[in-house]
Amino acid sequence: MNLLTHPETVALALSFKVSLVGVVCSLPVAVGCAWLLARTRFFGKPLFEGLLLLPLILPPVVTGYILLIVFGHHGAIGRLLDAAGLSIAFRWTGAALAAAVMAFPLLVVALRNAFESVDRKLEHAAATLGAGPWRIFFGITLPLSLRGLVAGLALAFARAFGEFGATITFVSSIPGQTRTLPIALYELISTPGGEGGALRLTLVAVVVALVAGLIAALMLLRGGARQSEAEA
Amino acid sequence: MIELDLALQRGEFSLELALASPARALALFGHSGCGKTSTLLAIAGLLRPRRGRISIDGRTLFDSSTGIDLPAAWRGLGVVFQDARLFPHLTVRENLRYGMPRGAAPAKCDGVVQLLGLSGLLKHRPGQLSGGQIRRVAIGRALLRQPHALLLDEPLANLHREARVEVLKYLHELKREFALTTILVSHQPDEVIALADSVARIEDGRLAALEDIRTFQVSTASPDTPQARATG
Repeated sequence: MNLLTHPETVALALSFKVSLVGVVCSLPVAVGCAWLLARTRFFGKPLFEGLLLLPLILPPVVTGYILLIVFGHHGAIGRLLDAAGLSIAFRWTGAALAAAVMAFPLLVVALRNAFESVDRKLEHAAATLGAGPWRIFFGITLPLSLRGLVAGLALAFARAFGEFGATITFVSSIPGQTRTLPIALYELISTPGGEGGALRLTLVAVVVALVAGLIAALMLLRGGARQSEAEA
Repeated sequence: MIELDLALQRGEFSLELALASPARALALFGHSGCGKTSTLLAIAGLLRPRRGRISIDGRTLFDSSTGIDLPAAWRGLGVVFQDARLFPHLTVRENLRYGMPRGAAPAKCDGVVQLLGLSGLLKHRPGQLSGGQIRRVAIGRALLRQPHALLLDEPLANLHREARVEVLKYLHELKREFALTTILVSHQPDEVIALADSVARIEDGRLAALEDIRTFQVSTASPDTPQARATG
């Protein structure tokens, strides 16, 4: 006996795909921004930081609408993508973009904290040993930030997985393309007789969130414990 | 030949130091806070002087008049920090090899491992080592960078008596084996006497005296000198 119906399985699989692709695409940009925040000083840094956190603060519908204006069929970038045959509006790639944007601030915050907790003296020592900035980053800073990175990835994945407002505004609800788990759940709730399916998807969403939360907590907890040992 | 002519500012503290010494091993000696570690960091390229010139054995590392300011990674110096700064996520072997130039003969590594008695520790991580072992690995790592000169920041500080004897024995050996130009920072006369040929006494960011090791030995042995009272 299947635990989920076919449409529910499709929504679940799509959610995993969209969240994974969204987080993976978000990661390099988040790493760069977090490094800038943790390691450099520049004019307008608080403004820059505020802008990066905007998707976390704005109502998701607003974020979705902005994405629609920019990346929709009539948007500045959307038109270019359409011309190149890479249209993302009302497609799963659009849902992945919405997931990436919404997960981005969580990744930046987690990575920034992780980079800041790495002792800069180790980076200086690596420099005296002849290492350039890239080698220092990939050989010292990033490995020592691994726990924060994993925690950030888990939280960002959970955030992307639960994304609803921006996604439905930007790419609507197309089965198999953009109807992710939260959207399918919303539609089941608003459909008479959909209670059973709604309950099943709710359980799945709770399990995914719990696993992500547990991973993040374990990473942050053990990282913290190690740090206090080092300080002692 | 070690030539220093430095002016640098760190908060309220100002350092103005000019000296030229033909010594193979020069000690910068003085109380804590006198500016000796700042001088060492400036030589290593981790602290930028306001103006001046740093040259070791004819290699100019910094010269504000001509705009030369080699990055730390290009200075070709082996730096042994007071807090060792071993990379905690790497094994002893990986730490030792971190700064080795590409294409360096593996035999070189074996030689240094032998000299410093590290053969049994190669698979350990820094967290598993004693204070004396950590210091020896830090010295080995600096040597394997195949530096033009060695900078030692209080190499025996915070070590218990047996560990001091242990590390000192190895430092003596490497002085004999490698005959590298060495700049040593210390506030402990016994460390200076054991390792240096010449001593620059630094007081409040200024050069108080440049002495050969015999003169230093006589003056610190006398209980009337302020240095002997302060550090004794």
